[in-house]
Amino acid sequence: MTVGIDMQPLQPIRHSTRIALGILFFVLFFLAWGIATLGGFVSPTFLADPITMLNDGIYLITAQGFAYDIGMTIWRVVGGFVLASIIAVPLGIAMGAYKPIEALLEPFVSFARYLPASAFVPLLILWAGIGEMQKLLVIFIGAVFQIILMVAVAVAATRRDLVEAAYTLGAKDRGVVRRVLIPANAPDIAEILRLVLGWAWTYVIVAELIGASSGIGYMIINSQALMATGQIIFGIIVIGVIGLISDFAFKSLNRKLFAWRLA
Amino acid sequence: MNELVIQGVSRTFPGVRGGTPTLALQPTHLEIPRNDFVTILGPSGCGKSTLLRIIAGLDRPTTGKVLLAGMEVKGPGADRGMVFQSYTLFPWLTIRENVAFGLRERGVAEKEKWEIVDSYIDKVGLRGFENHWPKQLSGGMQQRTAIARALANGPRILLLDEPFGALDNQTRGLMQELLLGIWEREQKTVIFVTHDIEEAVFMANRVVTMSARPGRIKSITPVDLPHPRHYTVKASPEFSELRARLTEEIRGEAIVAATHG
Repeated sequence: MTVGIDMQPLQPIRHSTRIALGILFFVLFFLAWGIATLGGFVSPTFLADPITMLNDGIYLITAQGFAYDIGMTIWRVVGGFVLASIIAVPLGIAMGAYKPIEALLEPFVSFARYLPASAFVPLLILWAGIGEMQKLLVIFIGAVFQIILMVAVAVAATRRDLVEAAYTLGAKDRGVVRRVLIPANAPDIAEILRLVLGWAWTYVIVAELIGASSGIGYMIINSQALMATGQIIFGIIVIGVIGLISDFAFKSLNRKLFAWRLA
Repeated sequence: MNELVIQGVSRTFPGVRGGTPTLALQPTHLEIPRNDFVTILGPSGCGKSTLLRIIAGLDRPTTGKVLLAGMEVKGPGADRGMVFQSYTLFPWLTIRENVAFGLRERGVAEKEKWEIVDSYIDKVGLRGFENHWPKQLSGGMQQRTAIARALANGPRILLLDEPFGALDNQTRGLMQELLLGIWEREQKTVIFVTHDIEEAVFMANRVVTMSARPGRIKSITPVDLPHPRHYTVKASPEFSELRARLTEEIRGEAIVAATHG
């Protein structure tokens, strides 16, 4: 295939070209990694080569029950994230819609947003032990304030003229919230959730580095003791792949749900 | 009996950061009988949109009050339909759902609701586009939908704030005829704000001109051109005479508005 690339600012490119270029960078990345490690430029103690990484991965999955760890990590991310969303989305909508609620909560949420979730790990272990609840809470704390604030900002920025049009059509305050503010911002809210889900993956690994007996983060910290850099890299790549898949799923779901945006 | 009575309505906007307050609208009186078609004509900044927004209940008067069918206007409501200059169709609803918005909000029964909706979609000539998203329609079609959406709700009075201001000239002419045709057939009390003199004369029973800074009503000119009006009336001597007279009146105001920015 010839990839005719015409570089002009903001000039769109063909779909096939886009996919080819996206894959190309992955190939280049692995190539550079392979040359650096297999070519002997980097010591295997510090960085495993791609082939060792793959072998370690197969070993992890077939002999070490790594699939279970992956499942545990996914469940923690999804569990903590869903918990945070259930609380944060309605709160964010209420904050965006009603100024007194915004005035009440905005300063606190803005403050809480900067509290690092990872710093809560020791406290949460004290409060909730080292069970699943503690892992979920780390993700919950990391996600909930971010979602609240971003949803509130999106809802507050709803086009005034749409709200006014609804009022002149006889809508009451509740109707404006339910039938204008929420549907108008649903695509933005979905996009916010997609973004925050990505961050939740960072928190879960942090949560699993301390006081865990399963999960991808647990495997990574174990591999560090064994100097098994291949396993560590495999774990990191698995997280990346899962993130990529969930991102794709989220995006295509959004496209389906909010077809009006793309029409 | 007057459908709409505007009694001493004025509007002062508070000063920004301790600045002097701006008087946007001087105390204004206006009475509009049932089924009248009034156009409000004036340069930008003359308070015509402010007056319309106060009638709609989207803004509160600083003094005075607005009475619709004897009842004081306290806020926006379904009895006053509004068409805005900006495209305000709900982008997540289809054309049909947009037109049904007010009826649904008021809890009209399903069958009756869709009958009303479809009849208004026919009236504005959008059959075949019912299931499109607003984004897929041209500006003129979107404003036709907005008119249908306002009318389907059965308001006592229809308020239009430069509804065709963003459209090209040809489309605007067609839209004027469409709206006037609906008014001629169905009768409705209409207030139509515009800065286009020809549009103001063509549509109106009465043209209300406003002067700028602070806004106040300058004159009320009856338009006795016969109905049904055809676009060719714009070439008639009577029309030209009215246009010339209003042009002269508005010109002075526009100069004032332009120099006092």
